[in-house]
Amino acid sequence: MEPLTSKKKVLEQKPLTLSERMYLPAIAKGLTITFSHLFKKEATIRYPEVQREFSTNFRGMHSLKRDEDGRERCTACGLCALSCPAEAITMIAAERKPEEKQLYREEKYASVYEINMLRCIFCGLCEEACPKEAIYLDGPIVPADYLRKDFIYGKDKLVEQPLNNKS
Amino acid sequence: MDIAFVIEKFVLVAIIFGISLLIAMYSTYAERKVAAFLQDRLGPDRAGPFGILQPLADGVKMFMKEEIVPSNSNKWLFMVGPGLAMLTACIGTAVIPWGPDMTIGDRVIPLQVTDINVGVLYIFGVVSLGVYGVMIGGWASNNKYSLLSAIRAASQNISYEIAMGLSIIALLLVTNTMSIGEIVANQHGWHWNVLYQPVGFILFMICSFAETNRAPFDLPECETELIGGYHTEYSSMKLGFYLFAEYINMFVSSAVMASLYFGGYNYPGMDWVLVQAGPVIAPLIGTAVFFAKIFAFIFFFMWVRWTIPRFRYDQLMHLGWKGLIPLAIANVVITSIVIAIIEKF
Repeated sequence: MEPLTSKKKVLEQKPLTLSERMYLPAIAKGLTITFSHLFKKEATIRYPEVQREFSTNFRGMHSLKRDEDGRERCTACGLCALSCPAEAITMIAAERKPEEKQLYREEKYASVYEINMLRCIFCGLCEEACPKEAIYLDGPIVPADYLRKDFIYGKDKLVEQPLNNKS
Repeated sequence: MDIAFVIEKFVLVAIIFGISLLIAMYSTYAERKVAAFLQDRLGPDRAGPFGILQPLADGVKMFMKEEIVPSNSNKWLFMVGPGLAMLTACIGTAVIPWGPDMTIGDRVIPLQVTDINVGVLYIFGVVSLGVYGVMIGGWASNNKYSLLSAIRAASQNISYEIAMGLSIIALLLVTNTMSIGEIVANQHGWHWNVLYQPVGFILFMICSFAETNRAPFDLPECETELIGGYHTEYSSMKLGFYLFAEYINMFVSSAVMASLYFGGYNYPGMDWVLVQAGPVIAPLIGTAVFFAKIFAFIFFFMWVRWTIPRFRYDQLMHLGWKGLIPLAIANVVITSIVIAIIEKF
């Protein structure tokens, strides 16, 4: 059969030379290589105590932002849920009451806002879709948990803490 | 036999037994650390500072594991196997001189349990017995992998024992004695046997690697072919005994190599130290030197393990029968000729 590619290479198997058959020279060479690794820096990072630095565009847990007056920016337009390829975001919108003006910036707000962290693929499309700059993936790594229901994060976990001087 | 003699020997036995178990325990830790450092990793560092409590944690884990005895196994032999492996590993330490004679008051205490006049033969016999633990365990498991592994271990040990014995014969030609105590005492200062028997030493060391089933000769435990080897069916502390026996074997063969070829407790300038430090402290320094040599050999065992891949079984047999044995015979012949010439003139 003629070869299908031009990359064919005839492998020549020569019998071992005397020094190769003795193994010892090659073993000594190998030992020096491994010995030199004794003095190299370890690649390991002692994880819980030391954490590797994230890159600047790392996408971690979501946070719902507040504006400079401490009001929630989200207006429950649903664009983030619509853009989400994993369908991880659900929300229920509600109308702002007059006495809640200092809590929500827009007249409409999300009374329930849930992200299923098991579905989320951390693509960042919600962040891009948001017209109000209300959601950012700037948090830490989402921690592990035992039950599936505990991975559905509500507003209690997602909304940014209010600014200290406001509270 | 006076009572002081019995107490003295009993204390010595207890100390040596304790030390060899302790060293075997920390060899498991050292193995993992050395492996890690050679591979640019950290190794175990969670249990205690630098992970020094890791062997204890491993021991507790081993005891807590469920003990499984296969239903079709030979129950009695299945139990005897690990015990025998442990026993044969431990009794080798009896004839090794751990230090020069200690003089307390007018009493001379030899730091050796017993200096039998065929000590080298004793060591050789104990090393040969070592394979029985493996063989009985592998046979009693009633598992084909275990049996294959046991067969491998047996044939490997027999093949390499011949070369080992021949390299010892060349050594005996040089030393003129079979008592390990005398062999070590004759290597006073710098007159280490490795300088007279370099080829013999290399042969002996290669055979020690094979006899202790360490890489690159760890075919009885070859995971890719035999799952776990002879201890496939073992669990809990029985498995622990097998793994432990391997490390004690390593310690004992390091001690044998250090005392037969590397001068045991002898080091250059030991006479000066004896004058300076007195007859109680100086032997202890000698013991420390001996242990330093042992640790160096143990490190070498580990270093080799994490460098060289395993031999194929046919390569192992080729190396043993066609490489080491002719070389060992040539070594004996040349040594004899040289000694005859030296004695003639």
